[in-house]
Amino acid sequence: MNLSNQQTTEDVAAGIRKRVFLHTMRNNGGYLSQACSAAESLAFLYNEALTLGEPTLPKVPLPFAGVPSATNPDAFTGAGYHGPFAPEFDRLIISPAHYALVIYSALIQVGRMDEHALDHFNVDGCSVEMIGAEHSPGMEVTTGSLAQGLSMAAGIAWARKRKGEPGKVWVYMSDGEFQEGQTWECLAAMAYHGIDNIRVIVDVNRQQCDGAMPSVLDLGDLAARVASFGVTCRSIDGHDLNAMRAAADSAEPDKPLIILANTSPYQGMEFLKKRFPRLHYVRFKSADERREMQTAIAAELGVDEAEIARA
Amino acid sequence: MVDIVNRPYAKAFETFASARPQILCLSADLTSSCEVDGFRDRHPDQFLSLGMAEQNMLSFAGGLAMQGFRPFLHTFSVFLYRRPYDQLINSIAYSNRKVRLMGFLPGITTPGGITHQAIEDISVMRAIPNMTILECGDATEVETVLEVADSIDGPVYVRVLRGEVPRLFSTPFEFNKLRTLSEGDDVLVVTAGVCTEEALRAAQPLKARGLGIHHLHVSTLKPFDRDGLIRAARGKKGVVTLENHTINGGLGSLVAEILAEEGLGVKLRRLGLQDTFAHGASKPYLMKKYGLDASALVSAIGQLLGKDLDICDAELEAVRIDTVHSAQKAEAL
Repeated sequence: MNLSNQQTTEDVAAGIRKRVFLHTMRNNGGYLSQACSAAESLAFLYNEALTLGEPTLPKVPLPFAGVPSATNPDAFTGAGYHGPFAPEFDRLIISPAHYALVIYSALIQVGRMDEHALDHFNVDGCSVEMIGAEHSPGMEVTTGSLAQGLSMAAGIAWARKRKGEPGKVWVYMSDGEFQEGQTWECLAAMAYHGIDNIRVIVDVNRQQCDGAMPSVLDLGDLAARVASFGVTCRSIDGHDLNAMRAAADSAEPDKPLIILANTSPYQGMEFLKKRFPRLHYVRFKSADERREMQTAIAAELGVDEAEIARA
Repeated sequence: MVDIVNRPYAKAFETFASARPQILCLSADLTSSCEVDGFRDRHPDQFLSLGMAEQNMLSFAGGLAMQGFRPFLHTFSVFLYRRPYDQLINSIAYSNRKVRLMGFLPGITTPGGITHQAIEDISVMRAIPNMTILECGDATEVETVLEVADSIDGPVYVRVLRGEVPRLFSTPFEFNKLRTLSEGDDVLVVTAGVCTEEALRAAQPLKARGLGIHHLHVSTLKPFDRDGLIRAARGKKGVVTLENHTINGGLGSLVAEILAEEGLGVKLRRLGLQDTFAHGASKPYLMKKYGLDASALVSAIGQLLGKDLDICDAELEAVRIDTVHSAQKAEAL
């Protein structure tokens, strides 16, 4: 498997945070907080949990090849960075498409994408879009309208189970998606149909676009609500890799596995706490603010500030 | 007298799907209402019950299609596009998935009122890239639409007729080809779905008055047999469209677009729901009330030609081709 055993999962997580931080500073803003909450989960998936083949797409991302249609044979999906589709390989469906920068950084960190792939980020005509779609690296479906990824993954999982394929279907999603009714429709359907080859990791960072979740629409006891649908639900510290390993290993027959990874939206970048609860997309109001954040977070992550200038 | 076929879809779907293991029958709590209860009971391995949860059903179907299954979704037309429109776009249409949306009780063929009457479905579906739209006009088309739908590389929406359905046509559903039901030099009449049977009721009285009616039946709404329409419309004194749908965005609109783009300069009357919702009542009552019937067609033709055709409702009644229908109650839910 590709480079996975050359780094510890902790190193991969640190690398994800660093790459997203560098990109955010170099581009005057970005989805920085999502790297804080997601780094361990994505590092765990790409470095340990997923059984994937070698990438089938070139390391340097391709330009956008047109929308899918019956007359466009060139359209492709970003699943190629997860390797070929084969019965024995896992699939990873990314549901919160605005985590794209974090996903791309993870793909680079584990060597599935080129070191400079983020040069293509949010550049007109590129596939490395700001809100990922199915042509974006790591994406297989189009999930920018939240809460559809889980249902599509459930369909894939049902089909793979029917065909007797050993590979699992993993889903990475966000807690905000539990405000959408479709998520609960899907939990009910997965439980009813006994879809047990699906593994879902939820980033429970309790943050959303408007701010902290309790100030928008609180989900209450999410673990109890999820469990009450008859699925296996594990609620863990989303930055504790041992807890994640144990949870990922705890699937039960005939039940989907939902892991609620309770995370901090400023894990590893405590300076961001000053901005709470405005964390959805980090931008700077002044040069001073930018400088202060750069110095503080660079120190936290052990980044040489000179590296930021080397864009 | 036309032949009336009872539940043509039930038999056709079972024959079609049971021979093709990659076909899955999905249902959202309207299984017997969509005539697939027998299929469910006899072929449980190909049946997936997803409950009253259409948003999940559409996205789930997208996932099934990604793995090579060809899901046929069964529910009422309204429930395939109103509540789950976002899922239709992002989980199915954008990715050009081979998902087949089998929509029952199109337009005012249900007494269920606003909540059950898909009166703007064609308009909505026409606006979606990658989408193919088919509409059945008789039992033969219900029986033969499945293979056509299954041959399309991309999502397909089908307006299906259920229950007692007249057999008007002796040849199978042909993709993207207008059916010519009569030829004439004066007026072009273009109809689809249940309105075709209705228009046929006016054929004899109009002929008796020496009018040359060119009647086309449309079963593929998107794409559209543009050349066939242009050939038939050229040189006519007028064109009338009649559809079980609002006049905005459906058959009437697409015919208007083509006539304008070709610069044919021929007058057009669009019959259908005149930018209004309907309400719950029987199909014949609603067709009369909202001007979707033979009488409305005759009036429109008279207006186009600027003459009183002197065809009364009694004359149209006399030639009604649905005497077997008359024993039929308003379709239950």
